[in-house]
Amino acid sequence: MSIVIGILFMVATYLMLSKSLLRIIVGTGLLSHGAHLLLLTMSGLKRGAPPLLGENAENYADPLPQALILTAIVISFGVTAFFLVLAYRAYKELGTDNIEQMRGTKGNE
Amino acid sequence: MNNLIILPILIPFLTAAVLIFFHKKIKIQRWISALSSIVTIIAALALVHNVHTNGIQSLNIASWEAPFGITLVSDMFSALLVLTTSIVAFTCLIFSFKSIGKERENFYYYPVFNFLIVGVNGAFTTGDIFNLFVFFEVMLMSSYVLLVLGGTKIQLRESVKYLLVNIISSALFVISVAYLYSMVGTLNMAHISERVAEIGQPAILSVIAVLFLVVFGLKGAIFPLYFWMPGSYYAPPAPVLALFGALLTKVGVYSITRTFTLFFYHDVGFTHQLLQILAILTIIIGVIGAIAYWDVKKIIIYNIIVAVGVILYGISVMNIDAFTGSIYYLIHDMIIKAGLFLLAGIIIAITGTSNLRHMSGLIKRYPGLGWTFFIAALSLAGIPPLSGFIGKVLIVQGGFEGESYFGAAVVLLSSLLVLFSVMKIFINGFWGEDQTYVNEEKAPVKWLLISPIILVILSAVYGIGTEAILPYISQAAETLANPSLYIDAVLKE
Repeated sequence: MSIVIGILFMVATYLMLSKSLLRIIVGTGLLSHGAHLLLLTMSGLKRGAPPLLGENAENYADPLPQALILTAIVISFGVTAFFLVLAYRAYKELGTDNIEQMRGTKGNE
Repeated sequence: MNNLIILPILIPFLTAAVLIFFHKKIKIQRWISALSSIVTIIAALALVHNVHTNGIQSLNIASWEAPFGITLVSDMFSALLVLTTSIVAFTCLIFSFKSIGKERENFYYYPVFNFLIVGVNGAFTTGDIFNLFVFFEVMLMSSYVLLVLGGTKIQLRESVKYLLVNIISSALFVISVAYLYSMVGTLNMAHISERVAEIGQPAILSVIAVLFLVVFGLKGAIFPLYFWMPGSYYAPPAPVLALFGALLTKVGVYSITRTFTLFFYHDVGFTHQLLQILAILTIIIGVIGAIAYWDVKKIIIYNIIVAVGVILYGISVMNIDAFTGSIYYLIHDMIIKAGLFLLAGIIIAITGTSNLRHMSGLIKRYPGLGWTFFIAALSLAGIPPLSGFIGKVLIVQGGFEGESYFGAAVVLLSSLLVLFSVMKIFINGFWGEDQTYVNEEKAPVKWLLISPIILVILSAVYGIGTEAILPYISQAAETLANPSLYIDAVLKE
C-alpha cells in the first residue's frame, strides 16, 4: 500500500510540474487520491470486521478513517470540479492553457 | 455545554443559505447580510463575556462525549478572534455596498461572503483537528469564488495559481492529519495534547509538527511559503482584498499558534527554534518588499507578511508576556489591515490607479481620507498611544525575557521601516500637486469612508483602552501558556 501511495505522489508531482493546465489538474486529483489512501493506511488497515461496535462485539475495524476519507473525497471532488471550470474559463479568456504564459502581475516594476 | 459557541458559525451559515434564494434582489440581500452580521457581532460579544466570567466553554455536537464526537471549544483566544472577525466582516460588508458593483452582487457575492465568515469563525472555534481541515476548506472554497468573481483576466490568472497552491496545501493537511492520527489515535485537540504529553513527543512527532508548520505556513504566508500571496492578493477588488488580508492569513497564524502551544510544546529547542528563525526571516523579507514597491496594494500586502512574522516571533518565544503581546498584536493587525486595505481601495477608486507615481495631492480635496490614512499608518507602525504600540512592547519585552535579543531587535527595527513604507504612501499620495482624475466623480467617497473610520476609531480605542482590555487578553494568553487549562475544560466536565 505504501508503495502505491509513493507512486501516486510521484506521478502527481511529475504532472503538476508540467506546463499544461489540464495535466496539473489530473496531478492534483492523483495527489488527493494518494493522500486519502495514506489516511487509510496510516490509521492501521484492518480487515474482516465491520466498523461497528456492538454491546459484545469481539473485534471491529476503526470507523474513523473511513469517515475522514469520505469527507476528504467529497471536498476534493468539489475542488476539482471548480478547478476544471476555472481552467476552462481561464482558457477562454486568456487564450492559453500554458502556465508559462500566465506569469507576471502588473505593478511589478 | 454552551450553545452560544455555535452561533457565530450558524448565523452566517443560515444567512448564506437564505440569500441564495434572493440572488436577483440586491436590496434584500444587503439588508439581510447587514442585519445578520450585526447579530453575529452581538453573539460574539456575548460569547466573549461568557468565556470571561465562566472560563473556557465547549460544545459537544450532537452530544457525543468529548474525545469521540466533534467538539467546539471557545477559549478566550478564539472568542476574541471570532469577535474581531465579525466586526471586520461587518465593515467590509458596508464597504461592499457601494463599491463591489452590480454584476458581482447578482452573482452570489453576499452568500459567498457569508460562507467565508462561516469558515473563518469555524476554524477559530473548532476543537477537532479534522474539523479544522473541513472549515479550512469551507473558507478556501469561498475565497476561490470571491477571488475569481468578476472574471477579469488578472483574476482568472491569479486564481489558477492560488487554487493550485491551496490544493497542494490541503493535501498536505490531510497527510499530516493521517500521520498524527497514526501516532496518537485521536482527533480531538485536547485529547491529542494529552496523548502527546504521555508519549513525550518523540522525534517523529517533531517531524509532524514541521509538516503542520508547512501546511499552515502556506496559508499564513511565512517566509519560504509566502510566494503566492503578493500576486494573488493583488487581483481582487478592495473589500475582498481587505477580507483576505485581515482574516485568511490570520487563520493560518491562529492554527500555528494553536498546534504549537497545545500539541508540540515538548521539544521547544527544535520546533520553536525553527519557528523563530522563520518568523525573523519573514519579517525581514516582508519589510524589504514593503519598501521596494511603489504600489499601494503591494506595500500593504507586504506589510501583512511583516505582521505575520512579528506575531509568530512572539509565539515562538514561549513566555506569557510574548503570548499576550502576540494575541494583542494579532487582533490589532486584523483591525488595522482591514482599515488600510479599505483606505487603499478608496484611493484606487478616486485615482483609478494603484501606482504611487501617478497620484498626488489627495489631501487638498479629501482631508478626511488623508487624516484617517495618517492615523491608520501610525497605528500600524506602532506609535503610542495607538494599538500597535502595546502589542509590540509586550512582544519585545517577552523576547528580552526569553533572551532572544536578535529577534527582538529585528521586531523593533521593522517597525521603523514599516512606518517608512506607509509614510511613503502618505507623502506621495496625499502631498504634492493637486490633480484631477478621470473617474473621480463616480467614487462615493463619503459612504466608503464610513468603514475605515469605524476601524480606525476601534483601533484607537483598542490602544487607549488597554487597561480595560488587558484582562481579556491575559486570560487568552494564560490558556496558551498552560495547555492543561484547555484540556481540563474539554475533557473533564
